[in-house]
Amino acid sequence: MSAHVAAGFPESWEEIVVRVLKTNAVRLVTYVPDKVLAPLIKRIHADDYFTVICPAREEEAVGIVTGAYMAGMRGIVLMQTSGFATLPNALASLVLPSRIPLLMMISERGTLGDFQLGQVMVCRTMRPILDSMNIENHAIERPEDVEFIVERMIRQAYATQAAAAMILSPLLTNRARHGER
Amino acid sequence: MTITDRRIIGTAGRDTVKIMNRADLTRRLASRLNNEEAVVGGIGNTHFDLWASGQRAQNFYMLGSMGLAIPIALGVSLAQPQRQVFALEGDGSLLMQLGALGTVASVKPRNLAIFVWDNGAYQITGAQPTLTAKGVDLVAIARGAGLASSTWITDEAHFEALVDAGLAGDGPLFACARTDNQAPEGVTERDAVKIRSRFMESLRLPTRGNEPGAVK
Repeated sequence: MSAHVAAGFPESWEEIVVRVLKTNAVRLVTYVPDKVLAPLIKRIHADDYFTVICPAREEEAVGIVTGAYMAGMRGIVLMQTSGFATLPNALASLVLPSRIPLLMMISERGTLGDFQLGQVMVCRTMRPILDSMNIENHAIERPEDVEFIVERMIRQAYATQAAAAMILSPLLTNRARHGER
Repeated sequence: MTITDRRIIGTAGRDTVKIMNRADLTRRLASRLNNEEAVVGGIGNTHFDLWASGQRAQNFYMLGSMGLAIPIALGVSLAQPQRQVFALEGDGSLLMQLGALGTVASVKPRNLAIFVWDNGAYQITGAQPTLTAKGVDLVAIARGAGLASSTWITDEAHFEALVDAGLAGDGPLFACARTDNQAPEGVTERDAVKIRSRFMESLRLPTRGNEPGAVK
């Protein structure tokens, strides 16, 4: 049983994300893994709708999704906070000047109880980087907001040809599990 | 001729192959394209010479993002498996993103051919030596990454045979040419949106808005 079902919400966050990706024809999923993303990754691998690519670095994933978009296939990059920190050059020199509607879903590490000092430091860089590049970004904190935020951000990204960063807050991904710790 | 032809995939090493000219090889590639094949040119002199070879609409000139020409080409090949896709990349760029070779090997796109120009130098910044000048063998790395059809290019005729193999769609193909340090023969017009829009239109795609698919 997933966390949000256990918390009384009828659908887990990862089920909602999968549903909204399919509604919006986002077929290509690329990722460098993270423990928080693991349920979503597992769910996507199990669904033939998706083409899944697992590159060695997040930059590669940005290149792959950019190329696929330019050839008519919509895609998303899944990563954790530290993975996002490797991306500023690819974003600033490829995605932004070419106006690529790059979808990013970032599991937010380094806040609200993380044990990794490195994650905590790098977490502080994420929003300033996104904001300095004027990349639309929202944190998703509550199960009832997942569909609204993901759906709207995807739609706006393609309509305005702009990148979008959907941040999965521990408030969403870890709150229901808190009692298990 | 196909990639499985062993005469195409040779065993020559970096030190024994002919040193050729990047602009000449790029022109030879362009002259053999006849079916709206996509060509992704990596940063700097690689895409300058692609530009100089004739401004095909199906060329994508990668202005920044050093190292991402192969991932971009992989994305194009995934989205349009019926179209042949060529990636052109430099040794310095590929050295930055070696993992991409393993990614290509894991996907096995039949419609993707990768050509690398290895001049052993960061030519555009003053010809400082790259690691290939100190012994790194990119073809050996590609083979080790799982790209079985990897080869050094012995001469221009071999290059043309490799282009034909790429056109035949028996990829993924990885081929590396030793190149000289002649200056590029042109400079790309640096307008990223125009490059992207022209590329997409030439691939028969709308450049704006909500297509494709089920956005409501």
